[in-house]
Amino acid sequence: MSYKRKDLLGMIDLSSEEITYLLDTAQTFCEINERDVKKVPTLKGRTVINLFFEPSTRTRTSFEIAGKRLSADTVNFSASSSSTTKGETLIDTVKNMEYMHSDVFVVRHAYSGSVKFISENTDASVINAGDGLNEHPTQALLDLLTIRQHKGDIKGLEIAIIGDITHSRVARSDIWAMKKLGANVRLFGPPTMLPKYIEPFGCRKCATMEEAVEGADVVMMLRVQRERQGKLLLPSTREYAKFFGLTNQKLNLAKEDAIVMHPGPINRGVELMSNVADCSRSVILPQVSNGVAVRMAALYLLGLKKGGQSENTAEKL
Amino acid sequence: MKTLLKNCKIVNYDKTIDGNILIDGEIIASLSASADEKADKTIDCKGKYVVPGLIDMHVHFRDPGLDYKEDIISGSKAAAAGGVTAVCPMANTKPVNDNSTITKYMIEKGKDFGVCDIFPIGAMTKKMDGEELTEMGDMAEAGAIGFSDDGKPVCSAEVFRRAAEYASQFNSFVISHAEDKSLAGAGVINDCETATVTGLRGIPAESEEVMVARDILMSKLTGTHVHICHISTKGTLELIRWAKAKGLNVTCEVTPHHFKLDDTELLSYDTNFKMNPPLRGKEDVEAMIEGLKNGDIDCIVTDHAPHHIDEKNVEFDLAMFGITGLQTLLPLSLELVSKGVISMNDFVRLTSYNPAKLLKKADRGEIAEGKLADIVVVDTEKEYEFTLELNQSKSTNSPFIGKMLKGAALYTIKNGKVVFEFPA
Repeated sequence: MSYKRKDLLGMIDLSSEEITYLLDTAQTFCEINERDVKKVPTLKGRTVINLFFEPSTRTRTSFEIAGKRLSADTVNFSASSSSTTKGETLIDTVKNMEYMHSDVFVVRHAYSGSVKFISENTDASVINAGDGLNEHPTQALLDLLTIRQHKGDIKGLEIAIIGDITHSRVARSDIWAMKKLGANVRLFGPPTMLPKYIEPFGCRKCATMEEAVEGADVVMMLRVQRERQGKLLLPSTREYAKFFGLTNQKLNLAKEDAIVMHPGPINRGVELMSNVADCSRSVILPQVSNGVAVRMAALYLLGLKKGGQSENTAEKL
Repeated sequence: MKTLLKNCKIVNYDKTIDGNILIDGEIIASLSASADEKADKTIDCKGKYVVPGLIDMHVHFRDPGLDYKEDIISGSKAAAAGGVTAVCPMANTKPVNDNSTITKYMIEKGKDFGVCDIFPIGAMTKKMDGEELTEMGDMAEAGAIGFSDDGKPVCSAEVFRRAAEYASQFNSFVISHAEDKSLAGAGVINDCETATVTGLRGIPAESEEVMVARDILMSKLTGTHVHICHISTKGTLELIRWAKAKGLNVTCEVTPHHFKLDDTELLSYDTNFKMNPPLRGKEDVEAMIEGLKNGDIDCIVTDHAPHHIDEKNVEFDLAMFGITGLQTLLPLSLELVSKGVISMNDFVRLTSYNPAKLLKKADRGEIAEGKLADIVVVDTEKEYEFTLELNQSKSTNSPFIGKMLKGAALYTIKNGKVVFEFPA
């Protein structure tokens, strides 16, 4: 098995074999991250540009660290998603970067589908670091890697995803990937944050928090975006915490060895109570560590492809 | 100047007859001329259908002010190539067609070019701001044929009511672009399973239906003829049916894309499938076809909405809404005929006879002695690729460019003159 695509755009396109291959590759990078000297020469001489059209610090930092540990030259480029601000179109911006002889673009953008649009207009490899409400594939990979490390096989696991499903690219990527690997996924959130047409997800929609958590192997809480408060999706964060937040009491309905996950940054006391976030079942910080390994795997698999390098370079690691 | 169309299968809304059409000047002189009649020009129409020139009640010609997308000349050429001999351009030009000077400019420019009649729709409110009424009397006198803030629905029911009342004084009517903008929100495609899958924000069918319901009631309140634009949902059609059963003065139109394409096209994120109203579900498409078949829908229009490639080759959310349609109206509508959904006579009823009636243009909409010689010779069997070379619009934002089409205007005759001939 190998990863033959030019880009990593979304989990919806990938086969379970491709996902597993990405996870296996990421697992080998976990070890490098624990060394004293956390650097390998694999992508030496390659240029990775973090093209961020939407503010982000943690995802960008994670990609930057991943690139540096592979010895790639990583450069950050930040701009606004609104094409009118500078009068330059998105494709012109991307083409300019491409003609600086870049090998990989890591792209975040505020609009769904725009990373695919970029990939269709450049010869460079493109990694989607989040496009609008659509996908955030490396987040799904790091979630799966974390689950795999704690639970072994993904197949047959009961996974609850709770929060703003409609506006979450994390939820979309997770759902596509988890379903492909055979997990049973249940969804819960306020009706204002659940898609009206939920069938394509192939998930069970739960009526209460209790139903969502009961018997779960994994409880994944999504971040409440505070700016949504007062914009008709929720009346207050206080009330959100009461009906949709994860407390110790509710978590006790899950399996005894259930793990708690969150894509970060967490709102303590809103979707996640502090004592849950910090409890022994929380794997939120290991998720962050795995994020670097997963992004190294993605950069490695796509970055080496550029320039017709043979794939057995991997064995020189 | 006399032109003879011989061996014609002449299709009107009510019947099809064989005949030889003699055109004298701008007028149809006879349908029963001899095949040997002496004429300046003779066209043999053997095996072809001959139909009244199509009347497209809903186009955007972007002239004045946005002529980098289209102008009255290029729009007229696209119309002629599509068998369309009269169009109603909407008022969202720059500046807005909210006064008689602009109305006159549009009509005159169309007349000078002489390929397609321009019957402008005037704005209902000044600058289409939805607040103050336009000088509808002046505009009607200048030739504005109806009134609409198409593209920018009138939010206030009070303003819509007064506009409808006032328009009736000038024997005119109002056209409603039915959309509750607050409910449509930041939506860019139909609210449907495709929205869930793509992460593109959805526009619920109800954002159309709630305004259709309101504007039907505004027709009830005022008695004015209210024509509902580009309907797209099954629910809208149910409301229209209710209005018609009540005897209210309400009519409606549908575009070919809303009876041909559904929202699964959006899985591609192709901005040439982005339009407003958005492509809807399969059930809605079936309802549109049923509505055309049973007569609930009064006419087919294109909502021809040219946009520059730079306005489409961008992020999906930022792309302009709309597609061109004048050159695909005929083949896409004829597809319904070849599938046996509607007859050739229905086709004529939906594309020329009914629009002429709604617009109160008694001189057209039928091939009959004494009517204007606006005629299209149609080859229903012609199969061809819709190439950039065939495209006459200044813009190329059609999902059908590069696709195979069946059915074409072989000759388009306007006021007795051949204004388009399909390239050999």
